Amino acid sequence: MKKSLLVLAAVAMTLGVAQADTLKKIKDSGTITLGVRESSGALAYTLGDGKYVGFHTQMAEKIASDLRKQLGLSSLTVKYQPVTSQNRIPLVQNGTVDLECGSTTNNTARQKDVAFAITTYVEEVRIAVKANSGITSIAQLAGKKVATTTGTTSVQTLRKHERAAGVNFEEVFGKDHADSFLLLESGRADAFVMDGQILAGNISKAKNPADFKIVGEVLSVEPIACMIRKDDPAFKKAVDDSIKAQIQDGSLAKLYDKWFMQPIPPSNTKVGLPMSEATKAAWANPNDKPMEDYAKK
Amino acid sequence: MDSWDWQVFCKDTIDGEVRPSCFGQGGDITYLDWMLSAWGWTLSVALLALLVALVVGSVMGIFRTTPSKALVAIGNAWTELFRNIPLLVQVFLWYHVLPALIPPLKEVPSFILVVFALGFFTSARIAEQVRAGIQSLPKGQRYAGLAMGLTLAQTYRYVLLPMAFRIVIPPLTSESMNIIKNSSVAFAVSIAELTMFAMQAQEETSRGIEVYLAVTGLYFISAFVINRIALFIEHRVQVPGMIGGH
Repeated sequence: MKKSLLVLAAVAMTLGVAQADTLKKIKDSGTITLGVRESSGALAYTLGDGKYVGFHTQMAEKIASDLRKQLGLSSLTVKYQPVTSQNRIPLVQNGTVDLECGSTTNNTARQKDVAFAITTYVEEVRIAVKANSGITSIAQLAGKKVATTTGTTSVQTLRKHERAAGVNFEEVFGKDHADSFLLLESGRADAFVMDGQILAGNISKAKNPADFKIVGEVLSVEPIACMIRKDDPAFKKAVDDSIKAQIQDGSLAKLYDKWFMQPIPPSNTKVGLPMSEATKAAWANPNDKPMEDYAKK
Repeated sequence: MDSWDWQVFCKDTIDGEVRPSCFGQGGDITYLDWMLSAWGWTLSVALLALLVALVVGSVMGIFRTTPSKALVAIGNAWTELFRNIPLLVQVFLWYHVLPALIPPLKEVPSFILVVFALGFFTSARIAEQVRAGIQSLPKGQRYAGLAMGLTLAQTYRYVLLPMAFRIVIPPLTSESMNIIKNSSVAFAVSIAELTMFAMQAQEETSRGIEVYLAVTGLYFISAFVINRIALFIEHRVQVPGMIGGH
Protein backbone atom coordinates (compact mmCIF):
# COMPACT_ATOMS: atom_id res chain seq x y z
CA MET A 1 0.00 0.00 0.00
CA LYS A 2 2.67 2.48 1.06
CA LYS A 3 4.89 1.38 -1.78
CA SER A 4 2.20 1.97 -4.36
CA LEU A 5 1.61 5.43 -2.92
CA LEU A 6 5.32 6.18 -3.25
CA VAL A 7 5.30 5.00 -6.85
CA LEU A 8 2.27 7.18 -7.53
CA ALA A 9 3.98 10.16 -5.96
CA ALA A 10 7.12 9.56 -8.00
CA VAL A 11 5.11 9.32 -11.21
CA ALA A 12 3.24 12.48 -10.31
CA MET A 13 6.50 14.30 -9.66
CA THR A 14 8.15 13.26 -12.92
CA LEU A 15 5.02 14.24 -14.80
CA GLY A 16 5.00 17.56 -12.99
CA VAL A 17 8.64 18.25 -13.86
CA ALA A 18 8.26 17.15 -17.46
CA GLN A 19 5.29 19.42 -17.97
CA ALA A 20 6.65 22.56 -16.43
CA ASP A 21 8.28 23.47 -19.75
CA THR A 22 5.45 23.63 -22.27
CA LEU A 23 7.60 25.25 -24.98
CA LYS A 24 10.00 22.30 -24.88
CA LYS A 25 7.10 19.86 -24.94
CA ILE A 26 5.67 21.58 -28.04
CA LYS A 27 9.08 21.69 -29.74
CA ASP A 28 9.88 18.03 -29.01
CA SER A 29 6.49 16.68 -30.01
CA GLY A 30 5.79 19.07 -32.87
CA THR A 31 2.21 19.34 -31.63
CA ILE A 32 0.20 21.73 -29.50
CA THR A 33 -3.16 20.79 -28.00
CA LEU A 34 -5.71 23.58 -27.81
CA GLY A 35 -8.57 23.30 -25.35
CA VAL A 36 -11.72 24.40 -27.19
CA ARG A 37 -15.36 24.84 -26.18
CA GLU A 38 -18.41 23.48 -27.93
CA SER A 39 -20.92 26.16 -26.98
CA SER A 40 -19.50 29.29 -25.40
CA GLY A 41 -21.31 31.69 -27.68
CA ALA A 42 -19.25 33.56 -30.28
CA LEU A 43 -16.16 33.22 -28.06
CA ALA A 44 -15.71 29.54 -28.85
CA TYR A 45 -18.05 26.98 -30.32
CA THR A 46 -18.23 24.06 -32.70
CA LEU A 47 -19.77 23.68 -36.12
CA GLY A 48 -19.76 19.91 -35.67
CA ASP A 49 -17.53 17.50 -37.59
CA GLY A 50 -14.54 18.35 -35.39
CA LYS A 51 -14.54 22.00 -36.53
CA TYR A 52 -14.01 24.54 -33.75
CA VAL A 53 -14.46 28.24 -34.36
CA GLY A 54 -15.08 31.51 -32.54
CA PHE A 55 -13.22 34.61 -31.47
CA HIS A 56 -11.00 32.93 -28.90
CA THR A 57 -10.54 29.73 -30.91
CA GLN A 58 -9.22 31.69 -33.89
CA MET A 59 -7.03 33.80 -31.60
CA ALA A 60 -5.56 30.59 -30.15
CA GLU A 61 -4.77 29.33 -33.66
CA LYS A 62 -2.87 32.58 -34.30
CA ILE A 63 -0.99 32.09 -31.02
CA ALA A 64 -0.06 28.58 -32.12
CA SER A 65 1.31 29.83 -35.43
CA ASP A 66 3.33 32.52 -33.59
CA LEU A 67 4.72 29.82 -31.28
CA ARG A 68 5.73 27.78 -34.32
CA LYS A 69 7.72 30.75 -35.67
CA GLN A 70 9.30 31.42 -32.28
CA LEU A 71 10.38 27.80 -31.90
CA GLY A 72 11.69 27.67 -35.46
CA LEU A 73 9.56 24.68 -36.36
CA SER A 74 8.77 24.06 -40.00
CA SER A 75 5.41 22.61 -39.10
CA LEU A 76 3.27 22.40 -35.99
CA THR A 77 0.33 20.05 -35.64
CA VAL A 78 -2.59 21.71 -33.86
CA LYS A 79 -4.82 19.28 -32.00
CA TYR A 80 -8.23 20.28 -30.72
CA GLN A 81 -9.49 18.90 -27.41
CA PRO A 82 -13.05 19.89 -26.52
CA VAL A 83 -13.33 20.78 -22.82
CA THR A 84 -16.20 21.56 -20.45
CA SER A 85 -16.52 23.78 -17.40
CA GLN A 86 -16.06 20.66 -15.29
CA ASN A 87 -12.91 19.24 -16.84
CA ARG A 88 -11.01 22.20 -18.26
CA ILE A 89 -8.80 22.86 -15.21
CA PRO A 90 -7.76 19.22 -14.61
CA LEU A 91 -7.01 18.78 -18.33
CA VAL A 92 -4.72 21.82 -18.36
CA GLN A 93 -3.03 20.69 -15.14
CA ASN A 94 -2.37 17.13 -16.29
CA GLY A 95 -0.91 18.19 -19.63
CA THR A 96 -3.72 16.97 -21.93
CA VAL A 97 -4.33 20.57 -22.99
CA ASP A 98 -1.54 23.13 -23.49
CA LEU A 99 -3.60 26.25 -24.13
CA GLU A 100 -7.30 26.65 -23.31
CA CYS A 101 -8.93 29.67 -24.95
CA GLY A 102 -12.68 29.61 -24.46
CA SER A 103 -14.76 31.35 -21.85
CA THR A 104 -12.77 30.77 -18.67
CA THR A 105 -13.00 33.55 -16.09
CA ASN A 106 -9.69 34.50 -14.50
CA ASN A 107 -10.27 34.46 -10.72
CA THR A 108 -8.11 34.02 -7.64
CA ALA A 109 -9.51 30.57 -6.77
CA ARG A 110 -8.42 29.25 -10.19
CA GLN A 111 -5.06 30.98 -10.01
CA LYS A 112 -4.16 28.48 -7.27
CA ASP A 113 -4.34 25.71 -9.87
CA VAL A 114 -3.52 27.32 -13.21
CA ALA A 115 -2.17 30.52 -14.78
CA PHE A 116 -3.85 32.91 -17.19
CA ALA A 117 -2.63 34.83 -20.22
CA ILE A 118 -3.53 38.50 -20.50
CA THR A 119 -7.24 39.26 -20.56
CA THR A 120 -8.62 39.39 -24.08
CA TYR A 121 -12.33 39.75 -23.40
CA VAL A 122 -14.18 41.27 -20.47
CA GLU A 123 -17.57 39.74 -19.89
CA GLU A 124 -20.40 41.69 -18.33
CA VAL A 125 -23.25 39.80 -16.66
CA ARG A 126 -26.54 41.34 -17.77
CA ILE A 127 -30.30 40.69 -17.70
CA ALA A 128 -32.34 39.61 -20.71
CA VAL A 129 -36.12 40.10 -20.56
CA LYS A 130 -39.04 40.06 -22.94
CA ALA A 131 -39.21 43.43 -24.69
CA ASN A 132 -42.82 43.98 -23.60
CA SER A 133 -42.23 43.09 -19.93
CA GLY A 134 -41.50 46.66 -18.85
CA ILE A 135 -38.58 45.48 -16.72
CA THR A 136 -35.60 47.82 -16.94
CA SER A 137 -33.56 47.09 -13.82
CA ILE A 138 -32.72 44.32 -11.42
CA ALA A 139 -34.71 46.06 -8.65
CA GLN A 140 -37.90 45.23 -10.56
CA LEU A 141 -37.09 41.53 -10.43
CA ALA A 142 -37.88 41.15 -6.71
CA GLY A 143 -40.28 38.24 -6.28
CA LYS A 144 -40.04 37.39 -9.98
CA LYS A 145 -38.71 34.22 -11.57
CA VAL A 146 -35.13 34.60 -12.72
CA ALA A 147 -33.49 31.97 -14.93
CA THR A 148 -29.81 31.21 -15.07
CA THR A 149 -27.69 28.21 -16.04
CA THR A 150 -26.43 25.55 -13.63
CA GLY A 151 -22.66 25.46 -13.34
CA THR A 152 -22.00 29.14 -14.09
CA THR A 153 -20.75 32.01 -11.95
CA SER A 154 -23.99 33.87 -12.61
CA VAL A 155 -25.74 31.68 -10.03
CA GLN A 156 -23.36 32.99 -7.38
CA THR A 157 -23.67 36.55 -8.67
CA LEU A 158 -27.45 36.38 -8.23
CA ARG A 159 -27.12 34.93 -4.74
CA LYS A 160 -24.69 37.67 -3.69
CA HIS A 161 -26.97 40.31 -5.12
CA GLU A 162 -29.98 38.93 -3.25
CA ARG A 163 -28.06 39.11 0.00
CA ALA A 164 -26.59 42.56 -0.62
CA ALA A 165 -29.82 44.18 -1.77
CA GLY A 166 -32.12 42.23 0.54
CA VAL A 167 -34.33 41.13 -2.36
CA ASN A 168 -35.62 37.70 -3.17
CA PHE A 169 -35.78 36.10 -6.60
CA GLU A 170 -37.36 32.82 -7.42
CA GLU A 171 -34.47 31.20 -9.26
CA VAL A 172 -34.99 28.61 -11.95
CA PHE A 173 -32.01 26.79 -13.39
CA GLY A 174 -31.59 25.63 -16.96
CA LYS A 175 -29.22 22.76 -17.61
CA ASP A 176 -27.53 24.74 -20.40
CA HIS A 177 -27.88 28.21 -21.94
CA ALA A 178 -30.34 27.09 -24.61
CA ASP A 179 -32.50 25.57 -21.87
CA SER A 180 -32.38 28.75 -19.76
CA PHE A 181 -33.36 30.83 -22.78
CA LEU A 182 -36.26 28.47 -23.41
CA LEU A 183 -37.44 29.16 -19.84
CA LEU A 184 -37.54 32.88 -20.68
CA GLU A 185 -39.13 32.30 -24.07
CA SER A 186 -41.86 30.02 -22.73
CA GLY A 187 -42.68 32.37 -19.86
CA ARG A 188 -41.49 30.09 -17.09
CA ALA A 189 -39.03 32.81 -16.16
CA ASP A 190 -39.33 36.61 -16.29
CA ALA A 191 -35.62 37.22 -16.84
CA PHE A 192 -32.46 35.40 -17.84
CA VAL A 193 -29.29 36.54 -16.10
CA MET A 194 -26.09 35.57 -17.90
CA ASP A 195 -22.94 36.77 -19.67
CA GLY A 196 -23.84 39.54 -22.13
CA GLN A 197 -22.46 37.83 -25.22
CA ILE A 198 -24.33 34.60 -24.44
CA LEU A 199 -27.59 36.56 -24.02
CA ALA A 200 -26.94 38.45 -27.26
CA GLY A 201 -26.12 35.20 -29.07
CA ASN A 202 -29.26 33.45 -27.85
CA ILE A 203 -31.46 36.43 -28.71
CA SER A 204 -29.99 36.63 -32.21
CA LYS A 205 -30.92 32.98 -32.77
CA ALA A 206 -34.46 33.32 -31.36
CA LYS A 207 -37.50 32.97 -33.59
CA ASN A 208 -38.19 36.67 -33.22
CA PRO A 209 -35.17 38.55 -31.82
CA ALA A 210 -37.17 41.77 -31.45
CA ASP A 211 -39.22 40.12 -28.66
CA PHE A 212 -36.24 40.25 -26.31
CA LYS A 213 -33.89 42.89 -25.02
CA ILE A 214 -30.93 43.20 -22.71
CA VAL A 215 -31.59 45.69 -19.92
CA GLY A 216 -30.38 47.00 -16.62
CA GLU A 217 -27.10 47.42 -14.84
CA VAL A 218 -23.99 45.29 -15.21
CA LEU A 219 -24.25 42.76 -12.39
CA SER A 220 -20.73 41.44 -12.53
CA VAL A 221 -17.57 41.99 -14.55
CA GLU A 222 -15.45 38.98 -15.41
CA PRO A 223 -12.13 38.97 -17.26
CA ILE A 224 -11.97 36.06 -19.72
CA ALA A 225 -8.50 34.83 -20.64
CA CYS A 226 -6.64 31.87 -22.07
CA MET A 227 -5.66 29.32 -19.45
CA ILE A 228 -2.19 27.75 -19.27
CA ARG A 229 -0.24 25.64 -16.78
CA LYS A 230 0.99 27.30 -13.63
CA ASP A 231 4.67 28.10 -13.07
CA ASP A 232 5.72 28.17 -16.71
CA PRO A 233 6.86 31.81 -17.22
CA ALA A 234 8.51 31.18 -20.60
CA PHE A 235 5.32 29.79 -22.11
CA LYS A 236 3.20 32.54 -20.54
CA LYS A 237 5.51 35.19 -22.02
CA ALA A 238 5.34 33.59 -25.46
CA VAL A 239 1.53 33.48 -25.35
CA ASP A 240 1.22 37.02 -23.95
CA ASP A 241 3.62 38.38 -26.57
CA SER A 242 1.58 36.82 -29.35
CA ILE A 243 -1.65 38.34 -27.99
CA LYS A 244 -0.04 41.76 -27.54
CA ALA A 245 1.19 41.64 -31.13
CA GLN A 246 -2.33 40.76 -32.29
CA ILE A 247 -3.73 43.73 -30.35
CA GLN A 248 -1.11 46.10 -31.74
CA ASP A 249 -1.42 45.19 -35.39
CA GLY A 250 -5.20 45.43 -35.19
CA SER A 251 -5.80 41.80 -36.11
CA LEU A 252 -7.53 41.05 -32.80
CA ALA A 253 -9.94 43.96 -33.38
CA LYS A 254 -10.65 42.50 -36.83
CA LEU A 255 -11.36 39.14 -35.21
CA TYR A 256 -13.74 40.82 -32.77
CA ASP A 257 -15.57 42.47 -35.62
CA LYS A 258 -15.74 39.17 -37.51
CA TRP A 259 -17.26 37.16 -34.65
CA PHE A 260 -19.38 39.70 -32.80
CA MET A 261 -20.53 42.20 -35.44
CA GLN A 262 -20.77 40.19 -38.69
CA PRO A 263 -23.06 37.24 -39.51
CA ILE A 264 -21.44 34.04 -38.26
CA PRO A 265 -22.07 30.38 -39.04
CA PRO A 266 -23.97 28.12 -38.72
CA SER A 267 -27.13 30.26 -38.92
CA ASN A 268 -25.47 33.39 -40.40
CA THR A 269 -26.98 35.70 -37.83
CA LYS A 270 -25.19 38.57 -36.10
CA VAL A 271 -24.49 38.58 -32.38
CA GLY A 272 -24.41 42.36 -32.64
CA LEU A 273 -22.49 43.16 -29.49
CA PRO A 274 -20.13 46.16 -29.86
CA MET A 275 -16.91 45.97 -27.86
CA SER A 276 -17.47 47.05 -24.26
CA GLU A 277 -15.48 49.83 -22.60
CA ALA A 278 -14.06 47.23 -20.22
CA THR A 279 -12.72 45.10 -23.05
CA LYS A 280 -11.20 48.18 -24.73
CA ALA A 281 -9.52 49.09 -21.43
CA ALA A 282 -8.10 45.57 -21.06
CA TRP A 283 -6.59 45.75 -24.55
CA ALA A 284 -5.16 49.24 -23.95
CA ASN A 285 -3.41 48.08 -20.77
CA PRO A 286 -2.71 44.35 -21.15
CA ASN A 287 -2.92 42.65 -17.76
CA ASP A 288 -3.82 39.34 -16.13
CA LYS A 289 -5.70 40.71 -13.13
CA PRO A 290 -8.27 38.32 -11.66
CA MET A 291 -11.99 39.02 -11.42
CA GLU A 292 -11.65 40.11 -7.79
CA ASP A 293 -9.60 43.16 -8.85
CA TYR A 294 -12.42 44.30 -11.13
CA ALA A 295 -14.98 44.10 -8.33
CA LYS A 296 -12.97 46.49 -6.15
CA LYS A 297 -13.38 49.40 -8.55
CA MET B 1 -3.52 17.96 -7.79
CA ASP B 2 -1.27 19.02 -4.92
CA SER B 3 -3.46 18.24 -1.96
CA TRP B 4 -6.98 17.79 -0.76
CA ASP B 5 -8.93 20.74 0.54
CA TRP B 6 -11.89 19.42 2.47
CA GLN B 7 -12.34 22.78 4.15
CA VAL B 8 -14.16 23.80 1.00
CA PHE B 9 -17.36 22.45 2.60
CA CYS B 10 -17.02 24.83 5.55
CA LYS B 11 -16.93 27.85 3.24
CA ASP B 12 -19.77 30.30 3.19
CA THR B 13 -21.59 30.36 -0.16
CA ILE B 14 -21.66 34.16 -0.29
CA ASP B 15 -18.28 35.45 0.87
CA GLY B 16 -16.22 32.25 0.58
CA GLU B 17 -14.90 32.54 4.16
CA VAL B 18 -14.39 29.36 6.19
CA ARG B 19 -16.92 29.10 9.04
CA PRO B 20 -15.50 27.54 12.22
CA SER B 21 -18.48 25.27 12.87
CA CYS B 22 -18.85 24.27 9.20
CA PHE B 23 -22.52 25.20 9.45
CA GLY B 24 -23.76 28.67 8.62
CA GLN B 25 -25.36 30.74 11.33
CA GLY B 26 -28.01 33.42 11.21
CA GLY B 27 -29.18 32.69 7.69
CA ASP B 28 -25.68 32.16 6.26
CA ILE B 29 -25.31 29.01 4.25
CA THR B 30 -22.11 26.98 3.88
CA TYR B 31 -21.47 24.48 1.13
CA LEU B 32 -22.05 21.73 3.70
CA ASP B 33 -25.51 23.13 4.54
CA TRP B 34 -26.23 23.36 0.85
CA MET B 35 -25.10 19.79 0.17
CA LEU B 36 -27.28 18.39 2.98
CA SER B 37 -30.27 20.30 1.67
CA ALA B 38 -29.48 18.97 -1.82
CA TRP B 39 -29.36 15.45 -0.37
CA GLY B 40 -32.80 16.08 1.10
CA TRP B 41 -34.13 17.07 -2.34
CA THR B 42 -32.60 13.97 -3.90
CA LEU B 43 -34.22 11.72 -1.30
CA SER B 44 -37.57 13.53 -1.53
CA VAL B 45 -37.71 13.20 -5.31
CA ALA B 46 -36.58 9.58 -5.22
CA LEU B 47 -38.83 8.34 -2.41
CA LEU B 48 -41.99 10.06 -3.67
CA ALA B 49 -41.28 8.81 -7.20
CA LEU B 50 -40.73 5.33 -5.77
CA LEU B 51 -44.14 5.49 -4.10
CA VAL B 52 -45.77 6.50 -7.40
CA ALA B 53 -43.81 3.80 -9.24
CA LEU B 54 -44.74 1.00 -6.83
CA VAL B 55 -48.44 1.82 -6.79
CA VAL B 56 -48.85 2.46 -10.53
CA GLY B 57 -46.41 -0.29 -11.51
CA SER B 58 -48.23 -2.91 -9.40
CA VAL B 59 -51.62 -1.93 -10.79
CA MET B 60 -50.36 -2.05 -14.39
CA GLY B 61 -48.51 -5.31 -13.76
CA ILE B 62 -51.68 -6.91 -12.36
CA PHE B 63 -53.74 -5.57 -15.28
CA ARG B 64 -51.47 -7.41 -17.67
CA THR B 65 -52.25 -10.77 -16.09
CA THR B 66 -56.04 -10.44 -15.85
CA PRO B 67 -58.40 -12.32 -18.22
CA SER B 68 -59.81 -8.96 -19.46
CA LYS B 69 -58.37 -8.10 -22.86
CA ALA B 70 -59.04 -4.38 -22.32
CA LEU B 71 -57.08 -4.30 -19.05
CA VAL B 72 -54.21 -6.26 -20.62
CA ALA B 73 -54.12 -3.77 -23.48
CA ILE B 74 -54.03 -0.80 -21.08
CA GLY B 75 -51.23 -2.39 -19.07
CA ASN B 76 -49.22 -3.26 -22.19
CA ALA B 77 -49.65 0.21 -23.68
CA TRP B 78 -48.61 1.88 -20.44
CA THR B 79 -45.51 -0.27 -20.10
CA GLU B 80 -44.35 0.14 -23.68
CA LEU B 81 -45.03 3.89 -23.71
CA PHE B 82 -42.96 4.69 -20.64
CA ARG B 83 -40.32 2.03 -21.19
CA ASN B 84 -39.43 3.09 -24.73
CA ILE B 85 -38.76 6.81 -24.18
CA PRO B 86 -35.48 7.87 -22.57
CA LEU B 87 -35.90 9.22 -19.05
CA LEU B 88 -34.39 12.65 -19.73
CA VAL B 89 -36.66 13.08 -22.75
CA GLN B 90 -39.67 12.16 -20.59
CA VAL B 91 -38.67 14.76 -18.01
CA PHE B 92 -38.47 17.43 -20.72
CA LEU B 93 -41.81 16.34 -22.17
CA TRP B 94 -43.41 16.88 -18.77
CA TYR B 95 -41.64 20.17 -18.18
CA HIS B 96 -41.65 21.90 -21.57
CA VAL B 97 -44.03 20.14 -23.94
CA LEU B 98 -47.09 19.19 -21.87
CA PRO B 99 -47.44 22.66 -20.24
CA ALA B 100 -47.37 24.19 -23.73
CA LEU B 101 -50.33 21.97 -24.69
CA ILE B 102 -52.17 22.17 -21.35
CA PRO B 103 -51.58 25.68 -19.94
CA PRO B 104 -52.77 24.94 -16.34
CA LEU B 105 -49.80 22.56 -16.00
CA LYS B 106 -47.52 25.63 -16.02
CA GLU B 107 -48.61 26.36 -12.46
CA VAL B 108 -47.59 22.89 -11.23
CA PRO B 109 -44.20 23.03 -9.48
CA SER B 110 -41.39 21.28 -11.33
CA PHE B 111 -40.88 19.10 -8.25
CA ILE B 112 -44.29 17.44 -8.75
CA LEU B 113 -43.68 17.06 -12.49
CA VAL B 114 -40.36 15.34 -12.00
CA VAL B 115 -41.79 13.02 -9.32
CA PHE B 116 -44.42 11.87 -11.80
CA ALA B 117 -41.96 11.66 -14.70
CA LEU B 118 -39.55 9.53 -12.71
CA GLY B 119 -42.37 7.56 -11.07
CA PHE B 120 -44.11 6.67 -14.34
CA PHE B 121 -40.82 5.77 -16.03
CA THR B 122 -39.99 3.36 -13.21
CA SER B 123 -43.58 2.11 -12.99
CA ALA B 124 -43.22 0.62 -16.48
CA ARG B 125 -40.27 -1.42 -15.32
CA ILE B 126 -42.02 -2.46 -12.12
CA ALA B 127 -45.14 -3.45 -14.09
CA GLU B 128 -42.99 -5.80 -16.13
CA GLN B 129 -41.52 -7.37 -13.01
CA VAL B 130 -44.87 -7.76 -11.24
CA ARG B 131 -46.32 -9.39 -14.38
CA ALA B 132 -43.38 -11.78 -14.54
CA GLY B 133 -43.81 -12.59 -10.85
CA ILE B 134 -47.49 -13.43 -11.24
CA GLN B 135 -46.92 -15.45 -14.42
CA SER B 136 -44.16 -17.44 -12.78
CA LEU B 137 -46.78 -19.03 -10.51
CA PRO B 138 -48.31 -22.33 -11.70
CA LYS B 139 -51.63 -21.72 -13.52
CA GLY B 140 -53.25 -24.17 -11.11
CA GLN B 141 -52.97 -21.64 -8.29
CA ARG B 142 -55.33 -19.24 -10.07
CA TYR B 143 -57.79 -22.00 -10.98
CA ALA B 144 -57.72 -23.38 -7.46
CA GLY B 145 -58.58 -19.97 -6.03
CA LEU B 146 -61.46 -19.47 -8.45
CA ALA B 147 -62.68 -23.07 -7.92
CA MET B 148 -62.91 -22.40 -4.20
CA GLY B 149 -65.48 -19.72 -4.94
CA LEU B 150 -63.19 -16.69 -4.51
CA THR B 151 -63.84 -13.79 -6.84
CA LEU B 152 -61.05 -12.77 -9.23
CA ALA B 153 -60.10 -9.90 -6.91
CA GLN B 154 -60.01 -12.23 -3.92
CA THR B 155 -57.90 -14.76 -5.85
CA TYR B 156 -55.35 -12.03 -6.52
CA ARG B 157 -55.47 -10.66 -2.99
CA TYR B 158 -55.24 -13.95 -1.07
CA VAL B 159 -53.60 -16.42 -3.47
CA LEU B 160 -51.53 -14.87 -6.26
CA LEU B 161 -50.14 -11.56 -5.03
CA PRO B 162 -48.77 -12.75 -1.67
CA MET B 163 -46.56 -15.20 -3.54
CA ALA B 164 -45.80 -13.02 -6.57
CA PHE B 165 -44.63 -10.04 -4.51
CA ARG B 166 -42.30 -12.21 -2.46
CA ILE B 167 -40.75 -13.51 -5.67
CA VAL B 168 -40.15 -10.03 -7.13
CA ILE B 169 -38.63 -8.37 -4.08
CA PRO B 170 -35.05 -8.70 -5.43
CA PRO B 171 -35.71 -6.98 -8.79
CA LEU B 172 -37.85 -4.38 -6.99
CA THR B 173 -34.85 -3.67 -4.78
CA SER B 174 -32.80 -2.94 -7.87
CA GLU B 175 -35.47 -0.57 -9.15
CA SER B 176 -35.60 1.22 -5.79
CA MET B 177 -31.85 1.74 -5.91
CA ASN B 178 -32.04 2.83 -9.56
CA ILE B 179 -34.59 5.49 -8.73
CA ILE B 180 -32.17 7.13 -6.29
CA LYS B 181 -29.56 7.31 -9.02
CA ASN B 182 -32.04 8.28 -11.75
CA SER B 183 -33.28 11.16 -9.58
CA SER B 184 -30.17 13.02 -10.77
CA VAL B 185 -32.09 13.96 -13.94
CA ALA B 186 -34.14 16.32 -11.75
CA PHE B 187 -31.32 18.87 -11.98
CA ALA B 188 -32.38 19.45 -15.58
CA VAL B 189 -35.67 20.96 -14.43
CA SER B 190 -34.29 23.20 -11.73
CA ILE B 191 -34.50 20.94 -8.66
CA ALA B 192 -31.63 21.82 -6.31
CA GLU B 193 -30.60 18.20 -5.79
CA LEU B 194 -27.17 16.61 -5.44
CA THR B 195 -26.14 16.63 -9.10
CA MET B 196 -27.00 20.28 -9.45
CA PHE B 197 -25.16 21.03 -6.23
CA ALA B 198 -22.09 19.21 -7.55
CA MET B 199 -22.09 21.07 -10.88
CA GLN B 200 -22.61 24.44 -9.25
CA ALA B 201 -20.34 24.05 -6.22
CA GLN B 202 -17.40 22.78 -8.25
CA GLU B 203 -17.70 25.81 -10.51
CA GLU B 204 -17.80 28.21 -7.57
CA THR B 205 -15.10 26.62 -5.43
CA SER B 206 -12.83 25.10 -8.12
CA ARG B 207 -12.60 22.01 -5.86
CA GLY B 208 -14.43 19.66 -8.18
CA ILE B 209 -12.78 16.44 -6.99
CA GLU B 210 -13.71 16.95 -3.34
CA VAL B 211 -17.25 17.99 -4.27
CA TYR B 212 -17.85 15.06 -6.61
CA LEU B 213 -16.35 12.58 -4.13
CA ALA B 214 -18.66 13.78 -1.36
CA VAL B 215 -21.70 13.65 -3.65
CA THR B 216 -20.72 10.18 -4.87
CA GLY B 217 -20.53 9.06 -1.24
CA LEU B 218 -24.02 10.38 -0.49
CA TYR B 219 -25.51 8.66 -3.55
CA PHE B 220 -23.83 5.42 -2.51
CA ILE B 221 -25.04 5.66 1.08
CA SER B 222 -28.61 6.43 -0.04
CA ALA B 223 -28.77 3.51 -2.47
CA PHE B 224 -27.08 1.17 -0.01
CA VAL B 225 -29.53 2.00 2.79
CA ILE B 226 -32.41 1.20 0.42
CA ASN B 227 -30.69 -2.08 -0.38
CA ARG B 228 -30.39 -2.99 3.34
CA ILE B 229 -34.01 -2.05 4.06
CA ALA B 230 -35.18 -4.19 1.14
CA LEU B 231 -33.06 -7.10 2.37
CA PHE B 232 -34.61 -6.74 5.82
CA ILE B 233 -38.11 -6.78 4.34
CA GLU B 234 -37.20 -9.78 2.19
CA HIS B 235 -36.14 -11.77 5.26
CA ARG B 236 -39.11 -10.65 7.37
CA VAL B 237 -41.73 -11.78 4.87
CA GLN B 238 -40.09 -15.08 3.99
CA VAL B 239 -42.41 -18.06 4.18
CA PRO B 240 -40.67 -21.41 4.70
CA GLY B 241 -41.25 -23.78 1.81
CA MET B 242 -42.01 -21.07 -0.74
CA ILE B 243 -39.64 -19.70 -3.40
CA GLY B 244 -37.07 -17.59 -1.59
CA GLY B 245 -38.03 -19.09 1.77
CA HIS B 246 -35.75 -21.34 3.81
